[in-house]
Amino acid sequence: MSVAKPLPHDSAPLHVTGRARYIDDVALPANTLHLAFGLSTVAHGEIVAMDLDAVRAAPGVVAVLTADDLPFANDVSPSIHDEPLLATGTVHYVGQPMFLVIAESHLQARKAARMGRIEYRERPAILTVDQALAAGSRFEGGPVIWAKGDAAKAIAGAPRVIEGSFDMGGQEHFYLEGQAALALPAEGGVTVQSSTQHPTEIQHKVAEALGLPMNAVRVEIRRMGGGFGGKESQGNALAVSCGLVAHLFGRPAKMRYDRDDDMTITGKRHDFRIEYRAGVDGTGRILGLEFRHLARCGWSQDLSLPVADRAMLHADNAYLLDHVRIESHRLRTNTQSATAYRGFGGPQGMLGIERAMDHIGHALGLDPLSVRRANFYADMADASGGGISGKMKGQTTPYQMEVEDFILHGMVSALEASSDYAARKRAVAVWNAENSVLKKGIALTPVKFGISFTLTHLNQAGALVHVYQDGSIHLNHGGTEMGQGLNRKVAQVAASAFGVDAGVVAITATDTGKVPNTSATAASSGSDLNGMAVKTACDTIRARMAEHLAREHQAEPSSVRFEAGRVMVGGEEMSFGEAASRCYQGRVSLSSTGFYATPKLNWDRKAGRGRPFLYFAYGAAVSEVVIDTLTGENRILRADILHDCGASLNPAIDIGQIEGGYVQGAGWLTTEELVWDDKGRLRTHAPSTYKIPACSDRPAQFHVALWGRKNHVPTIYRSKAVGEPPLMLAFSEAFALRDAVAAALGPGARPQLDAPATPEAILKALSGGEL
Amino acid sequence: MTTIAFLLNGTPVRVSGDNPTRTLLDWLREERGLTGTKEGCNEGDCGACTVMVTDEAGTRALNSCILFLPQLHGKALRTVEGLTGPKGEMHPVQTAMVEKHGSQCGFCTPGFVMSLAVAQKNGAVDHDDYLAGNLCRCTGYAPIIRAAEAVAGTEAPDWVNDDLGKMRSERAPYAPSSSDELAAWYEGHPEAVLIAGATDVGLWVTKELRDLPDVAFLHACKDLQRVETVAGGLRIGAGVTIAALRKAVAGAHPAFAELLRRFASEQVRGAATIGGNIANGSPIGDAPPALIAMEAVLHLRKGNARREMPLEAFFLDYRKQDRTMGEFVEAVTIPAEVPDLACYKLSKRFDQDISAVCGCFNVTREAGKVTAARIAFGGMAGVPKRAAAVEAALVGRPWTIETVEAAVAAFAQDFTPMSDMRASAAYRLETAGNMLLRYFHASQGRAVSVLEVSA
Repeated sequence: MSVAKPLPHDSAPLHVTGRARYIDDVALPANTLHLAFGLSTVAHGEIVAMDLDAVRAAPGVVAVLTADDLPFANDVSPSIHDEPLLATGTVHYVGQPMFLVIAESHLQARKAARMGRIEYRERPAILTVDQALAAGSRFEGGPVIWAKGDAAKAIAGAPRVIEGSFDMGGQEHFYLEGQAALALPAEGGVTVQSSTQHPTEIQHKVAEALGLPMNAVRVEIRRMGGGFGGKESQGNALAVSCGLVAHLFGRPAKMRYDRDDDMTITGKRHDFRIEYRAGVDGTGRILGLEFRHLARCGWSQDLSLPVADRAMLHADNAYLLDHVRIESHRLRTNTQSATAYRGFGGPQGMLGIERAMDHIGHALGLDPLSVRRANFYADMADASGGGISGKMKGQTTPYQMEVEDFILHGMVSALEASSDYAARKRAVAVWNAENSVLKKGIALTPVKFGISFTLTHLNQAGALVHVYQDGSIHLNHGGTEMGQGLNRKVAQVAASAFGVDAGVVAITATDTGKVPNTSATAASSGSDLNGMAVKTACDTIRARMAEHLAREHQAEPSSVRFEAGRVMVGGEEMSFGEAASRCYQGRVSLSSTGFYATPKLNWDRKAGRGRPFLYFAYGAAVSEVVIDTLTGENRILRADILHDCGASLNPAIDIGQIEGGYVQGAGWLTTEELVWDDKGRLRTHAPSTYKIPACSDRPAQFHVALWGRKNHVPTIYRSKAVGEPPLMLAFSEAFALRDAVAAALGPGARPQLDAPATPEAILKALSGGEL
Repeated sequence: MTTIAFLLNGTPVRVSGDNPTRTLLDWLREERGLTGTKEGCNEGDCGACTVMVTDEAGTRALNSCILFLPQLHGKALRTVEGLTGPKGEMHPVQTAMVEKHGSQCGFCTPGFVMSLAVAQKNGAVDHDDYLAGNLCRCTGYAPIIRAAEAVAGTEAPDWVNDDLGKMRSERAPYAPSSSDELAAWYEGHPEAVLIAGATDVGLWVTKELRDLPDVAFLHACKDLQRVETVAGGLRIGAGVTIAALRKAVAGAHPAFAELLRRFASEQVRGAATIGGNIANGSPIGDAPPALIAMEAVLHLRKGNARREMPLEAFFLDYRKQDRTMGEFVEAVTIPAEVPDLACYKLSKRFDQDISAVCGCFNVTREAGKVTAARIAFGGMAGVPKRAAAVEAALVGRPWTIETVEAAVAAFAQDFTPMSDMRASAAYRLETAGNMLLRYFHASQGRAVSVLEVSA
């Protein structure tokens, strides 16, 4: 069967030869217009006057639009219509689009965009968590609070109380392909190509801006050069601008952000401060736990509410908490509007409890791993997909979902053995005793990540499959390809359904004209949802084919077999192509849609109760690091990972997601530091100053293995989602760094190490917080 | 009309040079429709635009986004489209990247493929070093390294060996052919911008969107590209690239060579020159602190007048150098040996990052006593600067931890660093002192580099 094979990415031969096309590579009609935004230079203030004469007079400029020139909706928000495409009245952050330049070339548009003279009446800007709290600047009124049991009482009665607070930074997506869109005028509307994870949203926002129904806008995306959540809503402004210009001027319109503009304009991962207070017993078992999440959401709501929700939903990570209270503040600041980023708040919530676990371990003089274990949920009885053990009946998350599929006891034991954790931990201690300047650290951390959109209605997908009379297969679905290999996996699903080679399946651009009402390719859901929808479509066609062929051969439809590119029916064997041809001759429909809606979900967001997730994906990692106590410089010496992809649809692609996720997570937690100045200007707006991991930053030794047991719920071929969960494997690196700092400080130390753990942050932690 | 002539994927092309600051990347994508070469950052930091350039000095990987068309004159250029064979067969690095799952989103991939192909052609196996200038956000690099290892040591296919003889020799536009010619021209055009590797000037164009006045490209001044052994040591021409310099000093000056290993990236080192790094006057350039610690002498020229000075005297104030209009850096001379030199570069990321602090130490000891000290820093002031008070606190004293700890306190007299996005003032001052401690610990044989530790 095609599924489970480690096939290369379907576009790999195109990638390596430069023939894979992205939006910026599309050959343009000669009269294409190029667009650029003029950006605000203050973080908060009223627009007093906009003098755009110089912009209009600049070479190549065709027109300049401001908010007043927009014919219909001036909005690119994915949520509550609070994000104007072009500023009106008030400016909310440095980098906000103020006006739109339309020029004959990209360079002319960029040059002219810098010539606007805008007068502001500046107002005090709210930039930090503390400023936002003090000003009561927030979304959703007060904080959201979810609770289970009575945390305050449990903490009060606990033998020991451990509390702390720490900050974690945001993260720039740094997709290598910047935001881009291209629109062509069409009869009665526009056709848009957009580098987007969410074509239906683009269609919706463009239609709104044009005052047209959605059927007047067709959106297409073949592939993105990386997304990571940064193209879930952040492409709206470009696509709407292009759609608008194409419609108004009757000429093609293209827009792509220069990298500095991209980083200045678009949202990033939410930075968080998390405060925790835990009541524990002598073994480190948590009796009661309180969290306070302070999320800096930026100027508009965007996706911040579900992001902050997911942080709360992952506040338990892998641990059974009987008494827990989580308070979440969604703070509004005059900065870029923080947005979706791989993990969607989950990483932030999980880092909170992992920090508490680590703190408890160091405070009680225990290996943090033993504290983690003491608090794990109980494993399901049969990790290969069987029933639920008595021990785990009734074990629920803080939002009271039953945890039916826990497997981390088994996984962590296996990883502990394969990584030689215990012996290496001893070796690290010996090494540290012999070295004064350099110190090593080691840590093992677990991952449990909930799979499904928490906005339940998004858990649906459609597909369109055609079998042509020569047996070749054309496949379309609602998911988008951003490098994660979704199309490869889904093609393997289709190939498996028909018993053919994956090469027989042609993958085509995602197109709102083929599959409507798609959800964003996000929440790790791509292959779960679209794989199932494709399989449904394929099964429908296969059943029709089997019925027809069986009738021809006076056989039972259930006896028709599709295998290895052949079809066996009533003692006869033919190629799949011949079978398709016969069905065509027999006037059988060889095209079908497929649809899938995730079962079992039931989530009450207001109450914070229910089953928001179909299942959990698990993983665990051990990292060993070394730090320099004189400078804070550090290296990952070795990482060992065991990750749960269920029965993998494609082990090579899954391992790619795991390796890449770990390194991206490690970047978030170490070198990737976003710095704003006191005027609210982002100072790290290019790769010269914002440092994602480079080649040598990957672990010097890197061992990745798949757990390889089937999902206990019937997902597509019992696989599990893999896009986001591996990012959190990098926590092991962060806590190994903390372990090294603790080793340098000596027994009883409580290292205050925030994220990202830059060399400077590490040196600060080594000096007890003072530097 | 000026004409720029070069080989594009094996075929001679002639291009108008009317706009001397047109970037190669824009030309490839917009004029030639060769869209395999990608724009990731347009400032030479991500490597998505990497191309292969061959001239008589060999084959290099360069960033096409900050390479101006005139710089290509007389050379052979290969883009990713020109990497596949004449019958469309994949280059071995392309095959390896597919087989090892080295691409995910694919956008950085052409750049990686070009870097890998150049490395294979040159027999390079220092994968982390030659790939430091290629950023990938998807894979975590592991599968790319597997691909690199798979092709390491194999022969490059013959079709990437370009025949430079296919071009008739013609004069390079905007490019004086000797330092004499340059000196004469520059004296008459003192407002002009001299462009060596364009790794900084490129950003004036792509990011600041500046229109430059008269320009002169220095790559045709072959006499500026020599490294010569002279009485005082090694005389390094201003046009020597960082890559060539790294090779030239690898034997005699290993500490300097190691610093140069971490100087930007392979693509930048292959273009940037030592003269540019000095003349630019940046307070965070990596070479000047090392050169100052080595007691380098700078050679300046204006017309036929030449003068020389200790390098530290050249840097007067932030972005202000002791250089008159029409005067240019001709060379720098370093001693043949500086056995006590150590160079410490501190940045958020090890590779391809700009120094927060770069400290270079040359403390001479005899019979347990410090007899001389030259300590220079980048990132600690508006110019690359010596730590005079620290040096004074060391010289004449016994080489002990007590002496060193006392000297650390003197850093506050020498430097009042600033805070920026790379580091705070406090961190800079603290680590500058700690670097002296590191230098001392290293002299006592203790392990001080995280780069030399394994699990």
